[in-house]
Amino acid sequence: MQLPRPRGPFSAQVFASMVSPDPAHVAYDAHADVLSDEDAQIALWALYELSYRGFDDVDARHEWSPGLLATRAQLEAAFEQALRELTEPAVGRALDADRPDRVPAQIAAVIDDAEDAGLARFLQREATEEQYREFLVHRSIYHLKESDPHAFAIPRLDGAPKVALAELQYDEFGGGRVDRLHSTLFARALEGAGLDPTYGAHIDAVPAATLAVNNAMSLFALHRRLRGALMGHLAAFESTSSLPCRRYVGGAERLGFDARVTAYFDEHVEADAVHEQVACRSICQRLVEQHPELQRDVLLGAGVCVQLDARAGALMVDAWRAGDSALLDTLQQEVA
Amino acid sequence: MSCQVEICPDGPALVRGADEVIDAAGRAHATTRPVVAVCLCGRSQRAPWCDGTHKVVTAAAPRPSVVEARDS
Repeated sequence: MQLPRPRGPFSAQVFASMVSPDPAHVAYDAHADVLSDEDAQIALWALYELSYRGFDDVDARHEWSPGLLATRAQLEAAFEQALRELTEPAVGRALDADRPDRVPAQIAAVIDDAEDAGLARFLQREATEEQYREFLVHRSIYHLKESDPHAFAIPRLDGAPKVALAELQYDEFGGGRVDRLHSTLFARALEGAGLDPTYGAHIDAVPAATLAVNNAMSLFALHRRLRGALMGHLAAFESTSSLPCRRYVGGAERLGFDARVTAYFDEHVEADAVHEQVACRSICQRLVEQHPELQRDVLLGAGVCVQLDARAGALMVDAWRAGDSALLDTLQQEVA
Repeated sequence: MSCQVEICPDGPALVRGADEVIDAAGRAHATTRPVVAVCLCGRSQRAPWCDGTHKVVTAAAPRPSVVEARDS
């Protein structure tokens, strides 16, 4: 994979630094809402990608370049603050409403607090083939590395939550069968829909809202300090998957998509009904019992998952209702 | 491996180490993952497996299904 296209002067400078032999710190000056700032989100996504698959045009050693890490830290400070502000009301209400020893109930309260953008219902009943394909493109950024961010928590947990996370991840990573690796199942779904299944193929097309969904997972994944948020994110993700996946299956069947598309979402109806219980009860509840100080971060992670998902979903549904697309063709032409 | 059943309040039963689960009609369903969630609300469209439906029918009275897990 090559570096994505820059989306403004800041990301252009960051990418120039990344390909240089000795990357320099590029100062990030927060001037816009970081959650919807295309320039900031694409830069952060690329900096994080150094810790996943990397880029053919960037030296692998630059993952630990002090200059790039300093730039990343500035972006992360603004991003984390925005995420805490976004979720603080819901987290506060969940902490007030429920007994402190009922983490699953609090996660459920944070989830219920988010508005449903109606994405799953739209895909089930109204979406055109093209809109359904667009949905797959947005989702490809995460699903082609499905569960990779959450795997960073394994060495940072101990005892019951570690065992439970490993059990969940074993299923995500194919249960010992290469052809059942969930990211591979999604690549097949992309192929079935006539889309490029290559890792990173669609990065230039997706908007900041979709990048933010992914960047939040990496922020939580790459800082041990935020492991509570990472596990709360996982719990909310799994808890809001089974029922929408049923609708995604319905939409794919209605539109006559290839069986590989329905197979991916079909697998997740049952898998995520299991994972939801494991993540909420066996991981998050046990983690908070071990480390009560992580309780608020668990709920932060859950809130970030559902709130950012709702924003990205609303962007799609609003664009589709207006006969438009939430993908970035215009921007691509502008920056090309 | 021994079989373990964990009841989730207002949710399914997590079953580990079972080869198959017998549904209410006596049909055997092979498990395909290390831990499976067996429907306890009786309203899953994928019985005997949980499909999350319990979350949208919590107002209705729970209707336990007959579950028997065969040890492997």
